[in-house]
Amino acid sequence: MVETYRGGLELLCDSKKIHNVNVEFEQQNGEDKLTMKGLLSWVRTNLIKERPEMFMKGDTVRPGVLVLVNDCDWELSGQLNTSLEEKDVVVFISTLHGG
Amino acid sequence: MSWRWGLGQANLLKSSILVVGAGGLGAPALLYFAASGVGKLGIVDHDKVELNNMHRQIIHTEAYIGQPKVKSAAAACRSVNSSIEVVEHQEALRTSNALEIFSKYDIIVDATDNAPTRYMISDCCVVLGKPLVSGAAVGLEGQLTIYNHNGGPCYRCLFPTPPPRTACQSCADAGVLGVVPGIIGCLQALEAIKIAASVGEPLSGRMLLFDALSARIRIVKIRGRSMQCEACGENSTFNQQYFREFDYEKFTQTPLCVFWLSLRPIMKLIFESRISSKEYSEIILNKEPHVLVDVRPAHHFKIVSLPNSLNIPFSTLESRLPEISSILKKDEEEKDAVSESSAPPLYVVCRRGNDSQRAVQYLHKMGFNSAKDIVGGVESWAQNVDPNFPTY
Ligand SMILES: [Zn+2]
Repeated sequence: MVETYRGGLELLCDSKKIHNVNVEFEQQNGEDKLTMKGLLSWVRTNLIKERPEMFMKGDTVRPGVLVLVNDCDWELSGQLNTSLEEKDVVVFISTLHGG
Repeated sequence: MSWRWGLGQANLLKSSILVVGAGGLGAPALLYFAASGVGKLGIVDHDKVELNNMHRQIIHTEAYIGQPKVKSAAAACRSVNSSIEVVEHQEALRTSNALEIFSKYDIIVDATDNAPTRYMISDCCVVLGKPLVSGAAVGLEGQLTIYNHNGGPCYRCLFPTPPPRTACQSCADAGVLGVVPGIIGCLQALEAIKIAASVGEPLSGRMLLFDALSARIRIVKIRGRSMQCEACGENSTFNQQYFREFDYEKFTQTPLCVFWLSLRPIMKLIFESRISSKEYSEIILNKEPHVLVDVRPAHHFKIVSLPNSLNIPFSTLESRLPEISSILKKDEEEKDAVSESSAPPLYVVCRRGNDSQRAVQYLHKMGFNSAKDIVGGVESWAQNVDPNFPTY
């Protein structure tokens, strides 16, 4: 699984844009699939090095961050409930305002 | 060819396009609109031409420094193509004038640089039913999409809640390479011309992401119009009256003119934070106190290095920041006797000058404001200062 951070977000996690991660997750409530919700909490614990509020708000991403699963807006795949499989590519994009 | 540009050209001549912002994005877009013969071309901007901006606002010439950007941009457009109508709107865009200005044009191009204006422009386009070609660039990245067109989303569909203030970087805050907004501005021109000429497939419901550093362009699918959208949704009460009274600064908690306030940092990044190897050799000659950090990998450093340099490979920079802090502090204390109390300058060198620039950007971000990089690295040192310095 690869994650890319753009638009300043990469500064929050080691200035690295691409992370190949192996997410190990515990089975919860009988669910045996990793969802975006599970991934986000994993990212928060394991990848975000500073100022988590720049990335998350509550259990979802903060306003102004677009989440793309395999190049597709996660709004189209069920947001936090989007289930993930091996080799899926998740991209977090911070919206840009400058010009 | 499945379409004839002749027809498109005729459509273009009849069309009218408004560009909001005559800066880094607007500059190339305006030139292409003029050159390609857009019938009526409007420009909104309240700023003046500054030398500081010229590296990215290529429509302006030195002769216009201190004059309104709108005037300078309009003159450039007219000199490119005298047959088109160019309209100057030399004022800041506000809820009080946006409806009136926008209603005179078919297509709106957002070439601005801050969040409140972006929401205002999108809402105004929704209220008036105009397509919006929106571009943005910060640092080495750019984004592009078309809002409110062909059933696609508006800006609020995508970003119903404004980001926190600290997350907004205008290009001045973040530093920008002129060619990056230039590329996005050219793409904005292309998309607007496609809409005006009714050719091709507009970038609606999709977003183009440009990453200059890795030379990658990615086009992603974004959501369609949201039924719950406050501006364009089914039960939206957003109309002209509501728009006029909407407080965008309060909504985004950002003043409309962040850009002005933060013009300085970028200059530091571009002009002040680099020195040449020759300049550095003079610093050594004059025995000026300073700290030199070499960010090359350790095995390179072992082969050859500049005198009195400290090796902190780029990959370990973050974890060794405290070390740099304490060295600077120590030097500062020693210097205190000489009555100057600021930390000594910090110079960063690498092999050719790329990693050192990245390191300096990072160091600035982390509060090491005195950090400067040596242009061209040790190779430039060997070439311009010490021909006996071995290169590898
Ligand atoms: Zn909308």
